[in-house]
Amino acid sequence: MYSLPIVAEAMLNGLLTGAVYALIALGLTLVYGVLHIINFAHGAFLTCAMFAVWLAHSILGLDPYLAILPLTLIFFAIGYAVQRFVIGPASHGDDGNILLITLGLSIIIENALLAGFHSDTRSLSTDYSFNVFEVGPLLISQARLFGFIGAVIVTGLLWLLLARTDTGKAIRAVAKEKLGARLVGINVSHVFAVTFGIGCATLAIAACLLMPTFYVNPRVGGAFVLVAFTIVVLGGMGSITGALIGGLFIGVVESLCGLFLGESLGQIGIFLIFILVLLFRPTGLFGARA
Amino acid sequence: MTRRGYLPIILIVAILALLPFAVTSNVVLNFVVFVLIITLAAQGWNLLGGVGGQSSFGHAAFFGTGAYVSAILQVRFGINAWVATAVAVACGAAVGWIIGFLSFRAGLRGSYFALVTLAFAEVLRILANAAGFTGGAAGMLMKLDVGFWNMQFTSRAAFLWLALGFVAVGLIVCQMITNSRFGAQLVAVRENEEAARALGVDVLSVKLKAITVSAALTAVAGCLYLQYFLYIDANIAYGLWISVEALLAPMVGGRGLVLGPIIGAFTLHGLGEASKLLAGRVAGIDLAVYGAVLILVVAFAPGGVLGLLRKLRFRPQPVTKTAEETA
Repeated sequence: MYSLPIVAEAMLNGLLTGAVYALIALGLTLVYGVLHIINFAHGAFLTCAMFAVWLAHSILGLDPYLAILPLTLIFFAIGYAVQRFVIGPASHGDDGNILLITLGLSIIIENALLAGFHSDTRSLSTDYSFNVFEVGPLLISQARLFGFIGAVIVTGLLWLLLARTDTGKAIRAVAKEKLGARLVGINVSHVFAVTFGIGCATLAIAACLLMPTFYVNPRVGGAFVLVAFTIVVLGGMGSITGALIGGLFIGVVESLCGLFLGESLGQIGIFLIFILVLLFRPTGLFGARA
Repeated sequence: MTRRGYLPIILIVAILALLPFAVTSNVVLNFVVFVLIITLAAQGWNLLGGVGGQSSFGHAAFFGTGAYVSAILQVRFGINAWVATAVAVACGAAVGWIIGFLSFRAGLRGSYFALVTLAFAEVLRILANAAGFTGGAAGMLMKLDVGFWNMQFTSRAAFLWLALGFVAVGLIVCQMITNSRFGAQLVAVRENEEAARALGVDVLSVKLKAITVSAALTAVAGCLYLQYFLYIDANIAYGLWISVEALLAPMVGGRGLVLGPIIGAFTLHGLGEASKLLAGRVAGIDLAVYGAVLILVVAFAPGGVLGLLRKLRFRPQPVTKTAEETA
């Protein structure tokens, strides 16, 4: 029915998309693992970052790959400020409240972008958007391969940050035992804000890697956020390796569902996996703790 | 059954029922009808999320099922609108029971429950968008055929009374539940599930009852939406917007209170219209205001508008207030 090269190409494309999914899920899982909150505004921040890449390219003429560094810093600052001055004080430390506040944030951001940019879909045109590598019978999009490599590098860097630096140690301490961390002199609300900032910074990188081949409109984040939730749940909430493996897996599932079931049903496999994992193994496939 | 709490319900319903005699502007009446439909959906959410403490992010699943079942029965099978509505509400309740059975039995709570309900609504949205008998992405258009038996009216006032009738039934049902033993058990489950179970409350069956009634109320809202606008598609019926509307109104009005949804829906949409008037026709401005209101309510007025009013009426003693703050 389907020849082998077509299936192989679909799987390969799925892996390439999946790496960027993983990068988006990484911020979400980190914030969950440390703050124990589900950041509903994650998709909205991603949309913001994608618009920032688009603006940087169309106004300043900045190449998306060169925009990675400044945007990462800017989004770290935005994330830090949002957690420190909005989410933290407004939630009174109740998890249910945080879910509602981040929902409120996502509504505000999405509609502010809608008011500012209208609902048109925009994309970048770079000289290399359509470049491809030929590997045997397969064609690999150059920009998407860069996206894959970038996502894997960022995952590695994040793992190093958490495992090898003092900041990482503080983050892990707060994730394990908030009160204990405070007793040994860690400023918990600072660590929360740093973690949230890192979560937003990974989104800025994901946006830079996505934009050469993807489009942006004010609603685009919504499509990613449920996928990211699925990856986080599948990989085990708070697990970085889980997010990477989960992301690649979900990318392949989406690609194969799209191939076999048609474009409009492509995402249904993702949501079914999401529901099944939540119902039968809420700790995720790779996560040990609940 | 005690008679507590019915007087404000009668007053509010009476004022809204007399409104068409005082106001003839179609803009105003349209606004009120739309807000009443939202109120019904929100009453459903409030029973489960407000009284029962199980915050759902996917009430669109019930709204959409109500709207789609009713539309399919009427358009494809030529069934009478009232019968179709009754069947559609039953289907909505069944979907509620199924989602509840699956997720409560798996022990999902808090954020997990919110996410799984969201995912169920998304699955239904994608299916409705792809399937043939739902009209696919083109949606379903109802035939315009005005008449009482078709639940279609030329006068806005008639539709307002119809919607108000359903809202009044919803208010009475919610008040009866609040006054009943079942209501008390539901509050116990919200406050502390383990303690409720230890006291002999059958937690699973209480939650299942709550989500079934909740889904039925929200499904009624879906049916009314269909009868009023005569068109639905997957992004309207199963869209995230209605899940958010159903959640916002009780949060703003007063979570868990019988009058919370109706007060919240009118407050929110009143603010939305006001911001549209102030800012001109900027797309999305009213929704951005909703998001800001949600954050402000969570941060400064967890009891919503009704909580604020109550605080003004019974000003707490300074001593107890500081005790609360230090606690």
